[in-house]
Amino acid sequence: MSADMDENVLELQGVVMTFGGLMALSDLDFKVRRGMIKAIIGPNGAGKTTLFNVITGSFPPTQGTVTFNGRPIQHLKAHKIADRGISRTFQTVELFGNMTVLENVMLGCYTRIRTSFIASGFVLPQARRKEKQIRENALKILKFIGLAHKFKDPADTLPLGEQKLLEIGRALASEPELICLDEPAAGLNETETYVASSLIKAINAKGTTVLLVEHDMKVVMNISDEILVLNYGQKIAEGLPEEIRNSPRVIEAYLGAEA
Amino acid sequence: MEKITLTSQLLQYLITGLTVGSVYAMVAVGFNIIYNVTEIINFAQGEFVMLGGLIMVFFHVSMGLPLILAFPTTIVLVTVIGILIDRFAIRPIRRPSVLTLIIATIAVSIIIKGTASFIWGKDPFDLPAFSGRDPINFLGAVVQPQYFWVIGFLIITAIALSIFFDRTIIGKAMSACADNPDAASLVGINVKQMILLSFALSAAIGAVAGITITPISLMEYDRGAMLAVKGFAAAILGGLGSFPGAILGGLIMGSIESFGAGLVSSGYKDAFALIVLLVVLFFKPSGLMGSIEISKIKRF
Amino acid sequence: MLRIAKIPIAVFALFILVFPWMACQIPAIEHYPDIMVFAGIYCLITIGLSLLMGYAGQISIGHAAFFGIGAYISGILTVNYGMNPWACMGIGMAVTAVVAALVGTPSLKLKGHYLAMATLAFGIIVFIIFNEETQWTGGPDGMSGIPGLSLFGFEFDSVERYYYLVWGIVIAAFIFTVNVIQSGTGRALRAIHASESAAGAMGVDVARFKILVFVYSAVLASLAGSFYAHYLNFINPATFDLFFSIKLLIMIALGGMHNIWGAIVGTGLITFLSNEWLQYFEEFEVIVYGAILLFVTVILPEGLAGVPGIVKGWFRR
Repeated sequence: MSADMDENVLELQGVVMTFGGLMALSDLDFKVRRGMIKAIIGPNGAGKTTLFNVITGSFPPTQGTVTFNGRPIQHLKAHKIADRGISRTFQTVELFGNMTVLENVMLGCYTRIRTSFIASGFVLPQARRKEKQIRENALKILKFIGLAHKFKDPADTLPLGEQKLLEIGRALASEPELICLDEPAAGLNETETYVASSLIKAINAKGTTVLLVEHDMKVVMNISDEILVLNYGQKIAEGLPEEIRNSPRVIEAYLGAEA
Repeated sequence: MEKITLTSQLLQYLITGLTVGSVYAMVAVGFNIIYNVTEIINFAQGEFVMLGGLIMVFFHVSMGLPLILAFPTTIVLVTVIGILIDRFAIRPIRRPSVLTLIIATIAVSIIIKGTASFIWGKDPFDLPAFSGRDPINFLGAVVQPQYFWVIGFLIITAIALSIFFDRTIIGKAMSACADNPDAASLVGINVKQMILLSFALSAAIGAVAGITITPISLMEYDRGAMLAVKGFAAAILGGLGSFPGAILGGLIMGSIESFGAGLVSSGYKDAFALIVLLVVLFFKPSGLMGSIEISKIKRF
Repeated sequence: MLRIAKIPIAVFALFILVFPWMACQIPAIEHYPDIMVFAGIYCLITIGLSLLMGYAGQISIGHAAFFGIGAYISGILTVNYGMNPWACMGIGMAVTAVVAALVGTPSLKLKGHYLAMATLAFGIIVFIIFNEETQWTGGPDGMSGIPGLSLFGFEFDSVERYYYLVWGIVIAAFIFTVNVIQSGTGRALRAIHASESAAGAMGVDVARFKILVFVYSAVLASLAGSFYAHYLNFINPATFDLFFSIKLLIMIALGGMHNIWGAIVGTGLITFLSNEWLQYFEEFEVIVYGAILLFVTVILPEGLAGVPGIVKGWFRR
């Protein structure tokens, strides 16, 4: 493999997704450059979450390829894609409510540090060391996202704003190259939204490529390097924030829906 | 000469299969009624059949009530038991999850089984056949009239349910609950009552099955579990939630069991239905008449 | 942090150690160690089942089958072929592991009632096989003459010796399982219980894990079955019926499904109910079990393990 990495971390070509008779995504082509923050916007039902589900391996596309660092991943299961370096959050928060805040982030480390069933049962020294390492990594992340003081709390006792931060923290724990955030600002008030977008910028500053779906236009315009607009499963515009803001096609697509 | 004997033998198996299958079909229909309204699988469904048989024995044989009186009385009593189950075992559950509800109905089924064993003991009981036991010669097979009673009652039940769900207000209300309980309660349907009704209806149908089959195969206190499993297998085979599927599934299941017992091994009779269940679950859980999309169309 | 304290385990181990001596002092409970042997054997099963159902969130209503497979393999190989009982135990566990993997792989793709029914069907099929394959299993009449256990000449031929043997293994299995729960593997299991999709997105191979835990619980059940066979020296199919699978469920539910101690407590209580306290009320036995299960499901969903939490809740008001 050549020493210089691919310019594009993620590439979709000709992706089609049909459910029964419904075409959720049709002929989608786009690239995500390494180190950028790319936002995907579009009216409700445009196919944004379906797109995420295809990229992260919830199900394979009906047609087309998804390439990550030059290697195709569209046929891989979700956990294998996580191993490759893509992490995600969910539109409706999917934390592990039966575990503490710290344990949620510790689980995030799973792809990087694992012990076998047997090693765990016999608590072999390597298992003990790894567990210590996981704990340290997780605490570091909790500090980074500002939730370290709540590390012992059950995850489902957190207010929504902090739950969303926690989910991002959990996704960071695997040290992903690409992090996919599904509506990170949904349901948040202004302060919480500010905290979330600051966090996303900080994550990107550390070198992680960010792909996000979002409805909050202020956030999108504020932090994105590039925007892709989806409507009825098709790409109707792609470009810099100013271009998208002024694009007649985009405005038309949103007419009648909240901006 | 030999060929005729083989054909009549096979016909015999078929009729037995359809008869036994009718019972499975009725259990399956009972499963579907409750499942459609509540998404609960009622493990105690088989106990309704057992209770139908044994309670009928009590009214008709022990107390000497004539058939025409004992039949409806038994059904009413079993229906009441069904209502009690909903009221005291299902409704009180505060945070219903799939696992909790499964366990609750399992608990109910063993309470009923234990009570039955306490009241009736462990011996099997018999009921006089509705129209006597003189065998009828049907296309070369020798069949007891009671077989036709069982199949007949399945047909009556199917028609009655069809009318109920399609033509009556209450029936349509129940269908609405199955589709969308929130919308249903918004238009004034009392969802809790509908759930109660679904248990009552399932219990009644189970009782009919038990009453009609006992003159053929007797009835004892612990028949419920196997009936429930086989009835469930029939429901899954036909497509969970589909009434035509339940009937088809039941008849097919009964036939497989009958042919299997006759041609392959009678010791493994019970295993045939279970193997069919596993095959369906592993390869096509949506069953014959279901598909994940069509599973919305669940009724007559 | 899900810290399951080590001190209670040590206390419990101490209790187990001195119990037979204590029982000897009181004539009324002199025979309790015998019942404890059964409790221990059943605990082996419920520890694994608790991991499967309480922590990984799956269902099995067919575990009696694995219990029986272990028992019958031990029985058949020692009686008909005179093989070493310990080796047979190992073979039993290996066979059970294979069967569990074969059954588990398609079954664990199912959820909720479908999974419950699949395990139930499997359990009954195995039960029917035990009854029908008379030339191997002795059929409904069972199989007798199963030898006891001995190690390098030391015979486990008294209740006390068997008691310590079984409970030694139980405590070892318990500690092993507790270690798993508290590890990253345990976290992965609990994540699967909470949200399979999120667990998968975080790199957990959900399908593989479910099968792994299923096999682990099956292997423990098989080991229990072997110990059962060598203790009673006789087994018959009736022991491994659907009702026993349900009884296992009751043990875990009573103790508390989401707590590994619940397995021990619930199993102990039900075993004593079964073998001792309900002996004179045989007719009511089944009703009592059903009532317990219903009560726990409706009123006490976290089982006895949830009681301290409820009491704390009262005091807070």
